[in-house]
Amino acid sequence: MKTMKKLFQPLILALLFVVFVGGSWLHIFNDYWQLVLLFMGINIILTVSLNLINGYMGEFSCGHAGFMAVGAYVSSVLTVWLFADDKIFGPAVLPASWSILLFPVILIIGAIAASLVGLLIAVPSFKTRGDYLAIITLAVNYIVKSAIENMEVIGGPRGFVGMKRVMNGMAGVFNAPWLLIWTFIGMLVTIFIIRNFVSSTLGKGVEAIREDEIAAELMSVNTKRVKMIAFMLSCGLAGLAGGLFAHGPGGYINPGTFTILKSTEVMVMVYLGGMGSTSGSIISAIGFTLLLEVLRPLGVFKWVLIPLLLVVMMIFRPSGIMGGKELGDIFPKLRKIFGSEEESYALASN
Amino acid sequence: MALATFLQHFLNALQWGSFYALIALGYTMVYGVLLLINFAHGDIFMVGAYIGFFIAAFLLGLGTGIPVWIILAVTILGSMALTAGVGVTIERIAYRPMRERGANRLYVVITALMIGLFLEYLNLSTLGAADRGFPELIPTKIYSVGGVSFTNIKLIVIGLSVVVMVGLELFLRRTKWGMAMRAISYDRTAVPLMGVPVNGIITVTFIIGSSLAALAGIMYGSAYHVISFDMGIIIGWKAFIAAVVGGIGEVRGAMVGGFLLGFIEIFVVALGSIPGFEWLSSTYRDLVSFTILLVILTIKPTGLFGVARRQKV
Repeated sequence: MKTMKKLFQPLILALLFVVFVGGSWLHIFNDYWQLVLLFMGINIILTVSLNLINGYMGEFSCGHAGFMAVGAYVSSVLTVWLFADDKIFGPAVLPASWSILLFPVILIIGAIAASLVGLLIAVPSFKTRGDYLAIITLAVNYIVKSAIENMEVIGGPRGFVGMKRVMNGMAGVFNAPWLLIWTFIGMLVTIFIIRNFVSSTLGKGVEAIREDEIAAELMSVNTKRVKMIAFMLSCGLAGLAGGLFAHGPGGYINPGTFTILKSTEVMVMVYLGGMGSTSGSIISAIGFTLLLEVLRPLGVFKWVLIPLLLVVMMIFRPSGIMGGKELGDIFPKLRKIFGSEEESYALASN
Repeated sequence: MALATFLQHFLNALQWGSFYALIALGYTMVYGVLLLINFAHGDIFMVGAYIGFFIAAFLLGLGTGIPVWIILAVTILGSMALTAGVGVTIERIAYRPMRERGANRLYVVITALMIGLFLEYLNLSTLGAADRGFPELIPTKIYSVGGVSFTNIKLIVIGLSVVVMVGLELFLRRTKWGMAMRAISYDRTAVPLMGVPVNGIITVTFIIGSSLAALAGIMYGSAYHVISFDMGIIIGWKAFIAAVVGGIGEVRGAMVGGFLLGFIEIFVVALGSIPGFEWLSSTYRDLVSFTILLVILTIKPTGLFGVARRQKV
């Protein structure tokens, strides 16, 4: 029975993987639904990672799109340089078959670059809090976007293309929905990292900082270290999402995508799900993506209706969908399946 | 840079900074009283400009019998009143219920963001994406003194923003309402117990902030002759940054921050025309200005005029 429980979680994840990726592979999901699935995965990564700062740490970061941009540009410049013939970067450096193996490595490099840019807000956060820190994140978003616009090598304001050739090259070696596979894996890794981080000693430090920074410091929480790790982790995961986003079906990114509006979208998903609730973030990322697609026929009216819906929701449920709770708190049985081993043992012994 | 060119840019910077400052005042007042970043404020500025546009267009369409100064006065006052109504309505419908339910203030901030998006896209979907030419309410006169040319509108804008700032500072320091506002931002729990009508004060704050935004909107239309649905989001975010750099919650801070941002932005572009600085094209504007602001905030984490204290949230 215990082994059954242990196997249940991987089994469910494997089943989801098979349904989504297999379905896309066999074209049971058409291109449109594959795109929706892709955006869903990317949005989950963005929301869950931002929730670490805005939810668990209680800071107000509104520049997540900036870090996404760093990841997107670093990873796509790398893939185009390595695996595609390009006017600026010359012929492909490595054969296309390598791209299948190196793609995740490049995504991770993009994420690391984004987390290094995250230092730009992590270091000021030692001294600054609240709304002043919010401005710093906002300014970093503007700075990143403006810096990209001024780099002619990577297309400046016109944007950067060529990722499509890389993806086609990958599909040419072995035909599989590679991007969806890596998005799915990236999503799982993100959720896994954030969930484990939050329940680790460092993660408890993050929540302690939210409740009372001075008291946390007195209780020997190394606030600088905790903040640095949390910001870099969150920004790095945003970079991962950016890398996946850049290799989407359009195969095109431009700085105009990574504006404050994009950051706002991610923020809305975090607060819609509820601060400090990972399952809330996942639910709201899925729900918000679907809502955008359902309302697509309305065209521009969509953006009149969505804010109204959200305002009404906020008024009647002023702490988000999950209100800071996890799904496991509301349906304890779920904890047996998805909770960490420790939790499910504790539950079993009760 | 020749002195005349410098003065020319200086005047332009003063005008550009005036708009940031006027909008930053609205952010800072609401923040001082409610601790709420009212992200809808930039879009209220846009709404003010559009209401002014429609009133002016309606009056101008009536015929030539009405003197220009009456049209100007009616446009400004009408737009200020209606925009104040919009601001207060937003506060009543969206912010107050959340406040009374004890929502975390960050959720209220998100609601404000949503309201801003709603206003913006309501405008886009009903009036279309095309820019609108703002009618010339104040007949433009161009003066030229010692090689520096400036319009009367430029002087009016700069003068108005200074008058508004001084007036607001006096209002906050000398009147009972102003004192109540400062008291609320000082202590949120004790002041209501002293019989200060908090909700009334908040309404007054929104009336002042929104009508100032409407004034700025009309001035913006008069100065640049073009208004668009997204004018609020571009200027609004930057004005908010200016308010924080000055020290949010402080009237002087909003003014100084607004002018500072205006100066940096204009002079980054102006420097590009000097030999030796050609690489500094106007596309570097955001990069340079926000890097400077970032440095200021790193050195003085609570802004130029903000009081340094360790926050307990």
